[in-house]
Amino acid sequence: MSSDGRLIQVKNVKKYFPIKKGLLGRTVGHVKAVDDVSFDIREGETFGLVGESGCGKSTLGRVILQLHRATGGNILFNDHSIVKMRSRELRKMRQEMQIIFQDPFGSLNPRFLVKDIIGEPLKVHTKMSSQEIDARVVELMELVGLDPTRRNRYPHEFSGGQRQRIGIARALALNPKFILADEAVSALDVSVQSQVLNLLMKLQKELNLTFLFIAHGLHVVRHISDRVGVMYLGKIVEIAPSDDIFNHPLHPYTAALLSANPVPNPHLKRERIVLTGDVPSPANPPSGCRFHPRCPFAQERCKHEQPELLEVMPGRQVACHYPLVDQSIGVKKTE
Amino acid sequence: MSELIEQEKVSSDSQADLRKPPGPWKIAARKFVRNPYAMVSVFVLLFFIVVSFSAPYLTPYDPAKIDFSSTNLPAFSEGHLLGTDELGRDILTRILYSGRISLTIGFSVALASVIIGTVVGAISGYFGGWIDTVLMRFVDVMYSLPTLFLNILVLAIFGNEFIYMILILSFTSWMGVARLVRGNFLQLREMQYVEAARAIGVPNRSIIFNHLLRNSIHPIIVNATLMVGSAILSESALSYLGLGIQAPQTSWGLMLSNAQEFMLINKWLAVYPGVCILLVVLAVNFIGDGLQQALNPRGKKHPVRRLNEWRKKFSKSAA
Amino acid sequence: MAEKVLEIRGLTAGFVSDKGFLKAADNISLELKRGETLCVVGESGSGKSVTSMAIMRLIEYSGGIIADGNIVFQGEELTTKSQEEMGKIRGNKIAMIFQDPMSALNPVFTIGDQIAESLMIHQGLSKQEAMQEAIKLLGHVGIPAPEIRVKQYPHELSGGMCQRVVIAIALACKPDLLIADEPTTALDVTVQAQILELLRNLQAEFGMSILLITHDMGVASEMADRIAVMYAGTIVEEGTVFDIFDHPSHPYTQGLLNSIPGYETARGTELYTIKGTIPRLGELPSGCRFHPRCPHATEKCKLLEPGAIQLSDTHRTACWRYNEEAEVMNR
Repeated sequence: MSSDGRLIQVKNVKKYFPIKKGLLGRTVGHVKAVDDVSFDIREGETFGLVGESGCGKSTLGRVILQLHRATGGNILFNDHSIVKMRSRELRKMRQEMQIIFQDPFGSLNPRFLVKDIIGEPLKVHTKMSSQEIDARVVELMELVGLDPTRRNRYPHEFSGGQRQRIGIARALALNPKFILADEAVSALDVSVQSQVLNLLMKLQKELNLTFLFIAHGLHVVRHISDRVGVMYLGKIVEIAPSDDIFNHPLHPYTAALLSANPVPNPHLKRERIVLTGDVPSPANPPSGCRFHPRCPFAQERCKHEQPELLEVMPGRQVACHYPLVDQSIGVKKTE
Repeated sequence: MSELIEQEKVSSDSQADLRKPPGPWKIAARKFVRNPYAMVSVFVLLFFIVVSFSAPYLTPYDPAKIDFSSTNLPAFSEGHLLGTDELGRDILTRILYSGRISLTIGFSVALASVIIGTVVGAISGYFGGWIDTVLMRFVDVMYSLPTLFLNILVLAIFGNEFIYMILILSFTSWMGVARLVRGNFLQLREMQYVEAARAIGVPNRSIIFNHLLRNSIHPIIVNATLMVGSAILSESALSYLGLGIQAPQTSWGLMLSNAQEFMLINKWLAVYPGVCILLVVLAVNFIGDGLQQALNPRGKKHPVRRLNEWRKKFSKSAA
Repeated sequence: MAEKVLEIRGLTAGFVSDKGFLKAADNISLELKRGETLCVVGESGSGKSVTSMAIMRLIEYSGGIIADGNIVFQGEELTTKSQEEMGKIRGNKIAMIFQDPMSALNPVFTIGDQIAESLMIHQGLSKQEAMQEAIKLLGHVGIPAPEIRVKQYPHELSGGMCQRVVIAIALACKPDLLIADEPTTALDVTVQAQILELLRNLQAEFGMSILLITHDMGVASEMADRIAVMYAGTIVEEGTVFDIFDHPSHPYTQGLLNSIPGYETARGTELYTIKGTIPRLGELPSGCRFHPRCPHATEKCKLLEPGAIQLSDTHRTACWRYNEEAEVMNR
């Protein structure tokens, strides 16, 4: 256990994908999916990570889990560096970190029985006998609210929400400490979403799990997270406790994101910050602050100097030269 | 938590079928059984297999025994249902023993080439990169080798053993399967359950052989079945040219070759083995087709005729 | 009183299967006035997409059948038209945009070609005239440098821009009705906001009616004048946007709204859930389709399927609890 409760420490992590062109596959450039990201995840917390497509949040999650190898930087799990681990140690590490995927249809092998899907981690890492594995599978299925008598069925016989529960059971099989939930509820219907979210929150309390919750549904992230990080074009632009970031965002991008989010209340008139243009390509990010071409508050300094992620208030970090400290831009109620 | 299990029970009760529903193989078997061409072909093939392999019990004759006293007897002669050939050998017996050889070669070659092709294709498709490049160039080289000359070469160097025939045919027909499997694996390795397996820490060999192979088994099976037919044809062609099976063993191709000289005298000598080759290869092809349709989950479940009837019955719109 | 652009009465459409005729949309009745936006809200299996495909008579291309009902568009009955006649209406008077803009555009034709196609077919313009019009349309939907874009291919554009192109194609012939089936679900939040704003502006300019299908109550809240909530093939509640959000009367609507975590919900608390799962088409419950999951179900609900009960001039619901007056429930 880390002395100050930080389960995962991400330090200056970079993940670049080479762009190859030509007959010989020369590298002509890099897609800078994750560019110098540093933050911590505390034990027992749910850290929400939001951003739009191309921001690098999914890549960052996978780099933390070592499904992609980082191009640079260091990641500490319980104060042990996992970046340079050899395969054998890394395999052991996998018991501590697991992942729940977005697609309830694609993340389960259609030719595997449910009990084999949930039991596979046990077969790979432990020497448990078939009966022991079966008992554990029953235990896990009950834990996530599935009927254990149906473990001899194939995934296609279950609904989307149930399949997601199978995925959760699989992730819990080895008693991990940390779970990456990559858009775990985004593909589910609204009524199923709330069931699965409740399940995740309950499991966190019971099993003292730490979640990194990647999502694009801002309401969902706010509800389930303790702290939230906002990513834009490979960088983290703001980190703050969940309520603070939603009531009083400091970074213009966060404010724009929140104001763009449709709220199910027809009485709310939004002061919308409309961003012009589309997200630039991560292969060719703008100079200086990456957000400056679309930022309604951009100034001269923003075009040349990249802002660092600094703690401007206790518990709140933002990467902006002119954070919105005085203005309160958010959701206004008018009737 | 009990509320959650309640939810489960509500939905499974409403499904009203508490027995385990049929798995994908059973569903495919049911579809296959409904296909008339495929079922008839299965019987035909089984017939040939059973009859050929019980040849010693069915005929008293030795297929190689030369008997100049009863040469060129016509069909339905005394003791010879299909007559005899120019050397007095009973044709029916030769057909049956040939069947053994041809069918054995067919199935062995199919099995061997599918195994080789699958392994090469799986490794190539899953790992990609330079492994893929090297293996695929190897496949290209194998494709460009002239099979006939290779056969002649091997048989000239190593002799005319039966086993060499099987080996050489296998080594020159695995490439199609390899490309097929590679294509499949290239697509399948992007599936999220593969990523999930890696995240659990499943080693690569397990991913290939447990996870991915099960999902690509269908085209492999279909291909294997069709390969039986093409192997039999290849063997017949080689034997016809005198490069394959040699006397005293017999094969349909060899019988065809012998019959060539006597076409004008007794054309039936060519017809019997020819018809056998035709029937077996046709049967195998129908079975392959039937398997492909049965294993295809998205295939049309209902014939168009029935769909149109339903449409007329229910539809309000003219079109 | 604005005229009715679209009137659907008793529409029943679905697919034939082993178990007989499955009614994906059962006895649907809707109306849409000129310049109005009607949002059809529902989860998977609710029948919302089938309804929209049935209006355009596209459902027959997927093997579906319209079994019963009337669809009256500007006074004309659509269910009895031939596909040829429908072809003159589609893209011309009624246009449709779909969920995934990247696959809605043909990758081997330029943007200009695809917009011009509609113009050439329906308005008989020549290729040059159609291209000029296409450039104007691209500018209208907010694509910068349209003269350059018109010669580009779909893969050169981002998702948001592709959806704008799709909208341009849809609006080329100035349709009276636009059907949008989850037009922003595949897009990022900020792009979604831009596209929704674009749709609102275009609606105000052209005076067209929009039938917007979505599962996102937030989008419905922003765009809709009226909302129809669908569940398992039927409409369970219909009313103005304020009726639905302020006084949701059907237990499904209430459950749906309560399940969404909002700014007012206390963080980290257990969310309200609707127990059970959505029934499959072939296995619908007897009586009211929602009764196995409804916290207020009675014996009557298990036996009889409720018809539409008028709660006010604008608001109707299909629930046995409202025989006389509507109960106002707070969210």
